Amino acid sequence: MATFDLNDDSVVVVIGSGAGGGTVGAELAIKGVKTVILEAGKRHETEDFINDEWGSFGQLAWTDKRTTSGDWRVARDFSGLPAWIVKSVGGSTTHWAGASLRFQEHEWKAQTNYGDVEGASLLDWPIDAEEMAPWYAKAEDRMGVTRTNGIPGLPGNNNFKVMKAGADKLGYKECHTGRMAINSEPRDDRSACLQIGFCFQGCKSAAKWSTLVAEIPKGEETGNLEVRPESHVLKIEHDDSGKVTGVVYADKDGNQQLQKARVVCVAGNSIESPRLLLNSASSMFPDGLANSSGQVGRNYMRHMTGSVYAIFDKPVHMYRGTTMAGIIQDESRHDPSRGFVGGYELETLSLGLPFMAAFLNPGAWGREFTSAMDAFDRMAGMWIVGEDMPQADNRVTLHGSEKDQYGLPVPNVHFDDHPNDIAMRNHAYKQGRALYDAVGAVETYPTPPYPSTHNLGTNRMSAKATDGVVNKWGQTHDVKNLFISDGSQFTTGAAENPTLTIVSLALRQADHIASQMSKGDL
Amino acid sequence: MATKLKSYNGTGGTPEPLFLTTTEIEREESMRVLDKRPKVSRRGFLGGSGVTLVAMSILPSGVIMGADSAWAMTAKALKPESFATLVQMSRDIYPHDRLNDSYYAKAVAAFDSQAEESEDSKKMLEDGVAALDAAAMKAHGVTYGQVGWEAERVALLQAIESDGFFQSIRGGLVTGIYNNPDVWPLFGYEGASADQGGYIERGFDDIDWLEA
Ligand SMILES: Cc1cc2nc3c(=O)[nH]c(=O)nc-3n(C[C@H](O)[C@H](O)[C@H](O)COP(=O)(O)OP(=O)(O)OC[C@H]3O[C@@H](n4cnc5c(N)ncnc54)[C@H](O)[C@@H]3O)c2cc1C
Ligand code: SF4
Repeated sequence: MATFDLNDDSVVVVIGSGAGGGTVGAELAIKGVKTVILEAGKRHETEDFINDEWGSFGQLAWTDKRTTSGDWRVARDFSGLPAWIVKSVGGSTTHWAGASLRFQEHEWKAQTNYGDVEGASLLDWPIDAEEMAPWYAKAEDRMGVTRTNGIPGLPGNNNFKVMKAGADKLGYKECHTGRMAINSEPRDDRSACLQIGFCFQGCKSAAKWSTLVAEIPKGEETGNLEVRPESHVLKIEHDDSGKVTGVVYADKDGNQQLQKARVVCVAGNSIESPRLLLNSASSMFPDGLANSSGQVGRNYMRHMTGSVYAIFDKPVHMYRGTTMAGIIQDESRHDPSRGFVGGYELETLSLGLPFMAAFLNPGAWGREFTSAMDAFDRMAGMWIVGEDMPQADNRVTLHGSEKDQYGLPVPNVHFDDHPNDIAMRNHAYKQGRALYDAVGAVETYPTPPYPSTHNLGTNRMSAKATDGVVNKWGQTHDVKNLFISDGSQFTTGAAENPTLTIVSLALRQADHIASQMSKGDL
Repeated sequence: MATKLKSYNGTGGTPEPLFLTTTEIEREESMRVLDKRPKVSRRGFLGGSGVTLVAMSILPSGVIMGADSAWAMTAKALKPESFATLVQMSRDIYPHDRLNDSYYAKAVAAFDSQAEESEDSKKMLEDGVAALDAAAMKAHGVTYGQVGWEAERVALLQAIESDGFFQSIRGGLVTGIYNNPDVWPLFGYEGASADQGGYIERGFDDIDWLEA
């Protein structure tokens, strides 16, 4: 593993080591570019992960102070925890479930295909399915996605079997055990899934792809990549010409360091990335770095989500085995006759008893709640994930008075549901309940969204510099050597879980940066 | 096969789930299911649970003793009476007939520890219990723990459900009860699995009652 000097201004500095940052950093190193990844969290390896929901949350989750506002229920139930994401090497790919789906063709052009939706700030991506196809293919191979590259699907667990039985009864045609970045057989020096059932807690068999186990080690092997954990970036610096020159970070002892850089890639996930740009305001960039459009922090998306849990009169033990290896795709089409634009996926989901208590119906108490908990072993569950409408005022801003441990303004996350989100959620609840009723459910529960696991859109990609923050390469419109490499680049969210797209964009961006560097353009 | 759990109306009566799980275990042949029956005798609780504070007694030494002496706790900072009231309140917030009071007492012990660490917490808890007792006296002429029916106690709790006191007890119980590994088997949750090789050989796909 390489180490680079703080004054080495030939390195690319990547902020964050998750899906976006870990991939772009490793891929640059593989292409021969000297790269430093600064990661706020510690480095926990596979053997350090804990099969315990709250214990793992304490180990991995990002719990720095954040505030919330808006009409979403998360603001009421989890006012200090708008998002459930990670601070650790590997970022949220340590927590993620592995569902890896490509966008559908029409979703790249939401404005064109959905038309004007009142209150929504829809925009077409400046790229399309054809442009992305080879990058998706490369990402699927790298991540070992099942049902691609000849990799068999995962076996269905009990929770999936209940879903499949219901899907058959409702006449759904596209139900299978998913396209999962989880090894169904040994691959890439990692073992096959042991059906441990703690995918959200960091996979202890390393069967699940993450930047921690798959990308970063490959980057480090080249001798071109240094990953520096416990390095929390506070500010990006620039020179008089408006190019970025380095970043200031707090090291593990809280001392501030300045790492010089030739290029900076921001990949702190969609709350920290815009916050960092806003906190990097200067006399030259008074509204925040790369924010001439005023779009930094805006159009925050979190996917339309919800869950349906159902109890039966016989045991299910849904928590055994892969958490999310089950999907129904029939509702993911764009079909406005259902009363909303865009579509949604239904995916298996289970929580253990501790998280079920916290998330089934936050704040609820009494016998209705406890009778559901009493039936925990007879419960099946699914997660709803669909396209939500970007809205200009759903946004990450700097709090006026609250400060974090480094004295910087904390982010406030404001989110109001769009009527389209609500209509889609109600449709999905109805379908989910009908599915379980068809298998003989005794009771079904429409469970509200959890703190956001998919955070998107706050530095969006746009053809025109006035509409968004980055161009089609993720390069900021305003600052040539500043890139955004995470999910905050998303112009719109599509119905699919975002990580495969984040990784594909990062591979494509690394290719672009490396070639621009070799041409001397960066 | 037994009835829906929700048919239990919460105003006393026999806690069905015990018998329900017993039947399940006998019925199932191939699916690996768990014995959710509590390991201690429940006789003492069945008589008293959901009725009065007789499920607990407070000894002259201040020790809080569970029915049939199945458990005992000493309050560190709270008044023993307040501790016992909080145990009853906890059961009324998250009533599980298959959990004996010791699990609720364990959750309350965490509040007691907070009271030991912080005068503010202690005052909040003692004031909250005093107000609850006062409301019970006004409505029923007895303290909260002596109000006879769960439904009557629940009505007293509903009246304070948006208060900070109630919310901090309820919020604390979400982990105080459900994050206690000792209760997991009683709900059929198996906890950590990596150390046992996951579920690949232990029933991840053994469901046997779905129609083909
Ligand atoms: C429980 C759960 C399940 C999920 N399941 C799926 C799924 O099945 N499929 C799917 O597609 N997606 C899933 N996701 C979402 C997926 O994890 C994210 O979309 C993805 O990881 C986001 O990538 P990112 O690069 O934007 O951010 P992250 O992966 O979150 O990485 C950001 C990193 O940046 C670091 N960082 C932030 N600020 C700073 C700073 N100032 N200085 C230094 N470092 C910083 C953070 O510590 C973090 O490590 C899931 C997420 C969760 C939480
Ligand atoms: S179920 Fe598979 S992917 Fe999930 S934690 Fe277990 S071994 Fe890893």
